Amino acid sequence: MNTSLINYTLHLADTALVMGHRNSEWCGHGPVLEQDIAISNIALDFIGQARNFYQYAASLSGNGATEDTLAYLRDVQDFKNLLITEIPNGDWAQTTLRQFLVSSYQYYLYQQLQYSTDEQLAAIAAKSLKEVTYHVRWSSEWVIRLGDGTEESHQRLLKAVDEIWNFTGEMFVPAAYEQELNTNKTGVDVLAIQPLWLHKVQEVFAEATISIPAKSFIQQGGKTGIHTEYLGYILAEMQFLQRAYPGAEW
Amino acid sequence: MKQYINKYYYGDYGEGKNGAADISTSGKTQHEWPLWEVFIRSKQGLDHKHVGSLHAVDAQMAIENARDVYTRRMEGISIWVVESKHIHASNPDDADALYDPANDKAYRHPTFYDLPDELTHI
Amino acid sequence: MEKDMEQMFQERIDKEIRIEPKDWMPEKYRQTLIRQISQHAHSEIIGMLPEGNWITRAPNLRRKAILLAKVQDEAGHGLYLYSAAETLGISRDEMYEQLHSGKAKYSSIFNYPTLSWADMGAIGWLVDGAAIMNQVPLCRTSYGPYARAMVRVCKEESFHQRQGFEILLTLSRGTEAQRRMAQDAINRWWWPSIMMFGPKDDESPNTIQSMKWKIKRFTNDELRQKFVDICAEQIKILNLTIPDPDLKWNETTGHYDFGPINWDEFWQVIAGNGPCNKQRLDARKKAWEDGAWVREAASAHARKRAERLAQKRA
Repeated sequence: MNTSLINYTLHLADTALVMGHRNSEWCGHGPVLEQDIAISNIALDFIGQARNFYQYAASLSGNGATEDTLAYLRDVQDFKNLLITEIPNGDWAQTTLRQFLVSSYQYYLYQQLQYSTDEQLAAIAAKSLKEVTYHVRWSSEWVIRLGDGTEESHQRLLKAVDEIWNFTGEMFVPAAYEQELNTNKTGVDVLAIQPLWLHKVQEVFAEATISIPAKSFIQQGGKTGIHTEYLGYILAEMQFLQRAYPGAEW
Repeated sequence: MKQYINKYYYGDYGEGKNGAADISTSGKTQHEWPLWEVFIRSKQGLDHKHVGSLHAVDAQMAIENARDVYTRRMEGISIWVVESKHIHASNPDDADALYDPANDKAYRHPTFYDLPDELTHI
Repeated sequence: MEKDMEQMFQERIDKEIRIEPKDWMPEKYRQTLIRQISQHAHSEIIGMLPEGNWITRAPNLRRKAILLAKVQDEAGHGLYLYSAAETLGISRDEMYEQLHSGKAKYSSIFNYPTLSWADMGAIGWLVDGAAIMNQVPLCRTSYGPYARAMVRVCKEESFHQRQGFEILLTLSRGTEAQRRMAQDAINRWWWPSIMMFGPKDDESPNTIQSMKWKIKRFTNDELRQKFVDICAEQIKILNLTIPDPDLKWNETTGHYDFGPINWDEFWQVIAGNGPCNKQRLDARKKAWEDGAWVREAASAHARKRAERLAQKRA
């Protein structure tokens, strides 16, 4: 039970951290100053969420674990983030589409999780939900803008859908720890939120004048530590100082 | 104008030795997103106060940008945005001689004006 | 006629009355302001890059969040300053064009590389420290929009220098390798920071006019000396050294003496020959060019939406 709760909390934390990492790569390189600030804000929200989940996971784990040992001293196979978070940013279309797909998922997830029987998870979810609500708004507007903008932006959005759609299915395939926590209402039944998510995506895609791919394959494995090649590079970069100077205080 | 300034300011390396911006203003702005003035009510019961400006394609984006740029996520505040071109400003009144009467739009952008309180009714 | 206008303009300045965008002003005053404010704005935007380097490599989550917030603040400061310059009749796009073409300059300090985490500390302590020293008096500069932008900047800047010093302090109390890292960063950032205040006053012949217009309130050398005096004391807390053998307290002047500045290096970096000039400018140009289709798409969509709304109403 406790192991499942730790794994589940780490899954939520890792997803937030890797999203924050990818978004933070835009800082200083955005297409317009105002949007540079916006996406950095979203990156900050994610890092904040990750820290809350890691701190909780650390307290559950004991053994001297901290938010930093969890973020910086675990290797790829221990990370449980969704695969969709680790694929590269690509262009602004791919970044904002990913943001929309992940944030909409998180929106329905946290909406349920705020009623978790686990008070700590419920509290973090309730706090994060406010942020996520804004992320959904910001990213869905960008998806609509790009889909309904110019011919070029429309094509780029289609290409982005093609690139990342296969990674969305994983959100709704529960890992063993999710299933276990679902039985006692600690976690969220991801199958139950899938139709809500799909409805939202359809609504926004319609406004963006694009459609959901008819056929798709579900790329999965992230929740149980089988990742894309990209995560190794993310961790190599992120964990460099902690690995090069073991035990140092920063 | 007869003055020539060669003084180097902070972040200003002058125009001599290695060239600095010539400040010609060609007015080439056709592709630029419109400029918006931002007014924020920081606390319930207070007037909206001008805080600055930003660029956005429409009012909705301007409000969201204002939230990210000027409030950094304070909750419970109210934001007004007005496209800068819709703001009409009074003439500086303290010295007629100082005012260039020929041109009501001497400077295109009224950003950062110290605006009178009445303007909040716009 | 113009002479009278200038006289009256000067009287307003002397009475500490702020100049606002629609007020009459000498053309040279306007030009000087555009140049100074836009260069200041460019410095904030280019300045995001050396620190942005380390966001993905920050050593723990707290530092990561602080650094990201700090670099984001710099974007905000750039935005405030561009807005202030826009009140003088230049567009942000034009200012970008001048930056990208190499016509506009920015602070030379950002053309130096950030090679270790300790550089985040040194930048915060020295570079932000030097910047604050310049910026605080600018809150009272004679041009209203610039002064108000600077008030906002200074308010947000307060935590930047502290976080920098805190990074160095932690490193200085850490392992031998960390102390070495901190000292190395100070060695590399000290002289460029001192240069940030600009050339010596006696190399700038017409100092008087600028001070008279109260765009700037202290000379470069006054501010530089003040900065050296403060740092020479603060370094003691770090138990590290400032890389200047000539740095010593002078009883007579009541200030610290310091060694000669390598102005040749300064002008070389300004001229584009710093270690990172090309890299920094290329990064900005790339962001701008890659973003062109995004900006166009957003405009196109806004146009379409407005048209649809108009049709609905008709």
